[in-house]
Amino acid sequence: MSEEYVKMWENLGLNLENHDHLLKTLAEFYQQIYLSQENRPEGMKYFDFVISEAHGLRIKELLEAKKEGKKVVGTFCVYVPEEMIRAVNGICVGLCAGAQIGFEEAEKVIPKNTCDLIKAFMGFKLARVCPYIESCDLIIGETTCDGKKKAYEVLDSITNKVYVMEVPHTKTERGKELYLKELFILKEKLEEISQQPMTLERFKEEVRIANKKRKALLRLERLRGYDPAPISGLDALLVNQVAFYDDPVRFTQKVNELCDELEERVKKGIGAKPKGTPRILITGCPFALPNWKLHHILETSGAIVVGEESCIGKRYYHNLVSEDFNSLEEGIKLLAERYLKTPCACFTPNPDRIEEIKSMAKELKAHGIVYYSLQFCTPYLFEAYQVEKEISFPFLRIDTNYSLEDIGQLKTRCEAFIETL
Amino acid sequence: MQVMGIDVGSTYLKIVLFSEGGLAFFEKDLTSYQPLEKCLYYIEKYSPDLVVATGYGRKLVQNNIPNSLTLSEIKAFAIGAKFIYPKARTILDIGGQDTKVISLDEEGKVVKFEMNDRCSAGTGRFLEIMCRALGYQIEELNLLELDEEVKVKISSLCTVFAESEVISLIAQGVPREEIIKSVHYAVVNKVISMLKRISIKEDFIFAGGCSQNRILKNFLEKQLKIKVITLDLSPFLGAIGAGIFGLQRLNKSMPQVFAAGEKRQKILFF
Repeated sequence: MSEEYVKMWENLGLNLENHDHLLKTLAEFYQQIYLSQENRPEGMKYFDFVISEAHGLRIKELLEAKKEGKKVVGTFCVYVPEEMIRAVNGICVGLCAGAQIGFEEAEKVIPKNTCDLIKAFMGFKLARVCPYIESCDLIIGETTCDGKKKAYEVLDSITNKVYVMEVPHTKTERGKELYLKELFILKEKLEEISQQPMTLERFKEEVRIANKKRKALLRLERLRGYDPAPISGLDALLVNQVAFYDDPVRFTQKVNELCDELEERVKKGIGAKPKGTPRILITGCPFALPNWKLHHILETSGAIVVGEESCIGKRYYHNLVSEDFNSLEEGIKLLAERYLKTPCACFTPNPDRIEEIKSMAKELKAHGIVYYSLQFCTPYLFEAYQVEKEISFPFLRIDTNYSLEDIGQLKTRCEAFIETL
Repeated sequence: MQVMGIDVGSTYLKIVLFSEGGLAFFEKDLTSYQPLEKCLYYIEKYSPDLVVATGYGRKLVQNNIPNSLTLSEIKAFAIGAKFIYPKARTILDIGGQDTKVISLDEEGKVVKFEMNDRCSAGTGRFLEIMCRALGYQIEELNLLELDEEVKVKISSLCTVFAESEVISLIAQGVPREEIIKSVHYAVVNKVISMLKRISIKEDFIFAGGCSQNRILKNFLEKQLKIKVITLDLSPFLGAIGAGIFGLQRLNKSMPQVFAAGEKRQKILFF
């Protein structure tokens, strides 16, 4: 570890001992889970590098940008539009956390039976191990689920940087109006924090950049539809996770380079796993970095994961924003339309999600569906019943958390499920 | 040519050996804290041509015995049930730390299954801990003469909470026979909620370590209103399934079921 980084982390106020422990554990996991995979595309080297420098080089970039007056804005949800953050020259970073760190600390301020995702972002903050949250000038929360709503109150009392935007829970006209209003208020907030107006030109540019990024991720998804799939589910998941941290222009270029390589692999019939390997579509809760548990279990049990109907996955890159607008107001309206198409379980009713699962399963030629819920995540736990009833696919429901304590049972269930496909 | 099926369970190791002509040997042993050593003991003793492992510790065997195979307990139970009792359509397995329910189609293929999560509610461990609190040995349970009426209720399914419930019932002076009956009743209700998530079809086989428990069987029959079939070989279903899986891999014809020991008497006819 270079001294420069250590100094940088110290200046950010990280707890160096905790942080050191985190990095060591992560490096071990990464070696075990990622680098041990066979037949990886060359293009993954960039993403390996990004992960190895997630707390180093990328943070250095953020801090340098801050010196130039740019603001770093942290988000937790795919209903918070990065286009708007970037249109005022801000940098958008995803803050959700995917590991059991600082849970003892977190449980002092939030209930024990809170989902691991919320507990983790509180834990990362309280254990002072996340250089991203420490770099933030503003943290945008949202009112998607009850746990997050209440956790943001606590997070704000600790950081004093949280701004909460209201996300409706229905997609009625009233709901759409509310969301649009919220985007206009968010615009003011972003202009205030960045001390610059959001211009049509900059906004349009950022819509284009985000569209290109989503297009690249869609391209990656389509390539996973081939048999043999040219890339493992784990690697594709990593690309989707990195999408929330990396510079979007550079990221898009690297994803497209990876896709070029994958196209070649498809032509040559090269797969991450042999042709005929059972194909799984995962649907459910988000997979915040470094949560690779379920993909790892499935892919070491004889299957390949070919898609994620998840916030880290399809819900992030589903639709594009129309670029056909001539005023900022019009553009924000189109942005709102696109964002509200996202089929999250916090909406009622949420029939689009079932349609999305059906169409993904078909396009990606899935053999079975694994429904993934985090314990205590009420919206996704509830929808499991509706989804199971509506889709005629072999179906496995997994309720789990970030811990390793249920690995044995999960492995048995996943293996048995794969054997039936 | 010999194939050994090993089911490395959380509490017991189940070992079966198929040789020319049939099931030559089956044995149960405590898994203990050194399951690999125990497996190696049996492997050395019988030196089979192929070892197939299932159960919680299957990977341990796979990682240490060259050329061994593994399969999940679910599939092993399905294959084992199909072999021993071809008409089986539903399997309930209550083991040491897992409870599984498996629904089979007419060919014996797994259609659906459910399994408990990490928690030990409704498993053998749950019974074991309650027995300890009540001063019973597991082996004694089948000797108890209990009437069918459940007089007290154990409402918690969590092993830890249920244990405190049991202790408070003891403190209230409830006879331990009544409490142990309620404990069994609670296990059966937990299992039934799991069974309701798959479809219950006859014939219904009760397997796994707890299948020898008469009280559980009686409550199951009473609640489900169907015939619950237990077999002498019920605890070995997983190990037998593993062995058969190995024979299939070697393209060997299906053996008949023989008793262990020198006489190789045919013990099961269906």
